Amino acid sequence: MAKNRLLGKVKGSYLFYSGLAVVLFFIILAVFAPVIATHDPTAIDLNNIFAAPSAEHFFGTDELGRDVFSRILYGSRISLFVGFVAVGISLIIGVFLGLIAGYFGGWTDIIIMRIVDIMLCFPAFFLILAVIAFLNPSVFNVMAVIGLTGWMGVTRLVRAEVMSVKTRDYITAAQVQGISGRIIMFKHILPNVMTPIFVTATLGIAGAILTESSLSFLGLGVQPPTPSWGNILTAGKDNIMFAWWLSMFPGLAIFVTVLGYNLLGEGLRDILDPKN
Amino acid sequence: MLRYIAARLAGMIPLLFGITLICFFVIHLAPGDPAQFLASMNPKFSETAYQKFEKMYGLDKPLPEQYIIWLKRVAVLDFGESFSQDGKTVTAKIMERMPVTIYLNVMGMLLIFLIALPLGVWSAYKQNSLFDKSVTVFVFIGFAVPTFWLALLCMYYFGVIKGWLPISGLTSYNFDQLSFLGKVWDVAWHSFLPVLLSVFGGLAGLSRFARNSMLEVLGEDYIISARARGLSERRVVFKHALKNAMLPVVTILGLSVPGLIGGSVIFESIFGIAGMGQLFYQAVMMRDYPVVMGILVMGAVLTLIGNLIADICYGLVDPRIRYGKK
Repeated sequence: MAKNRLLGKVKGSYLFYSGLAVVLFFIILAVFAPVIATHDPTAIDLNNIFAAPSAEHFFGTDELGRDVFSRILYGSRISLFVGFVAVGISLIIGVFLGLIAGYFGGWTDIIIMRIVDIMLCFPAFFLILAVIAFLNPSVFNVMAVIGLTGWMGVTRLVRAEVMSVKTRDYITAAQVQGISGRIIMFKHILPNVMTPIFVTATLGIAGAILTESSLSFLGLGVQPPTPSWGNILTAGKDNIMFAWWLSMFPGLAIFVTVLGYNLLGEGLRDILDPKN
Repeated sequence: MLRYIAARLAGMIPLLFGITLICFFVIHLAPGDPAQFLASMNPKFSETAYQKFEKMYGLDKPLPEQYIIWLKRVAVLDFGESFSQDGKTVTAKIMERMPVTIYLNVMGMLLIFLIALPLGVWSAYKQNSLFDKSVTVFVFIGFAVPTFWLALLCMYYFGVIKGWLPISGLTSYNFDQLSFLGKVWDVAWHSFLPVLLSVFGGLAGLSRFARNSMLEVLGEDYIISARARGLSERRVVFKHALKNAMLPVVTILGLSVPGLIGGSVIFESIFGIAGMGQLFYQAVMMRDYPVVMGILVMGAVLTLIGNLIADICYGLVDPRIRYGKK
């Protein structure tokens, strides 16, 4: 494919650029959180609880007088971390199972796809809740559980791609040369199915961030005093009568971040889709 | 058609089996057992009480044996007794809560379909128009807004500042004294916000899906030929395109069931509604294994049923599906 055409499409894609800008913005915030933060995110100041947003506290303070702006900044680290690791886990599982199912076919395929069907029957959030409550809620467990319950879509996608790539001549040629199945799968097929995986992964990060914040909101995710957008919102819900800023700003952060990843994902899809 | 349905039903059996297997082992292999948990909650929980408890619920037997015993009872919808103090059966507890959750979700689902389909179809028909672009912007917003956040904001604005809408529960304090019509009105009034928000959450996905499906159909040869034959636009869109475009949308019905059920945990906890989601949340927090497993199985089975209905609808309207699969 002509490289210039691809570049041309990248240039024309507002979706891609606006998404990329938002995503980079939040990555920079997360990386430089200690520099940007105006206060220690866990420093308690009981003389100054529920202070409304001001020049001193941009987003106000919470029920323990902690600075909400700094907490949201540090919370972005958690969200990013959970998003990337959880999606990483589901990609590893999903790509591996999808490759095997698509390449070998037959019983391997039937069994793997049945497991996918079964997993898809569960209301994912119920399954996550059940497992996370029995483990102890922690950042690590949240990532693991979101990753372990989110690989089914990737498997289906990779399998379908592999099935279509597998019949191409260059794969037959490799088989005729006696190259092992493992090498064909990973070296010859995988690179050709990466494109749709990128799109799914980007959208998956958005989903994982949303799930993490829902879990933390219910008190089953990241535990205070470690700040996460979800657990700041819990405080917002409990104090909604008199501290609107506790609900407003963390939610806004989730909204803009998720929007960013979705835009980036859709932009990528437009750029990489040969039909456009 | 009957053969098709029978084949679908037969295909569900291994799925059902797998569902119970995963439910059981996920819960039982997770660390932390309920007897220990109860003991840690209650200092008076003695060693003999502990053993009695384990025996009572069969927790002392090996896992595979526990599974077989559990499976035999699940087959007749008996999920055993809840671990909680009230000692009700799991089935009774679920049945108590299910109507509320189903009522909210069915209302939400109906509204989602009623609003999202016309939105999607019209924006596909007027592709790249101002209308289409606004719908696209709305879809991106809808996908990204955390619904529990929106719920909080709505509660704050409509409930706290304006005082227009009730923010908690499904009924007023004086519910029992109301007349029948008064009761209907009361419940409708209380469910306004929860339903509105679940509609908002589901709208984006479905309208996007309907738009894509309609776009695809509008590009097909038979639409061009219908136009070339001089049929009216109305006839082309409503009689020829719409029918085929709506086919794949039917499958979404089944696929969206798990999302709706999962979402009910958050809605019910925010609005203080005593439905399945809240029950599940409480059961999870109390490590009430039988209730957790019961709801997981029920949730998955509801999804299966949703898929089955979607498949049957699909088979009814599209003969290729009915006869195609050998």
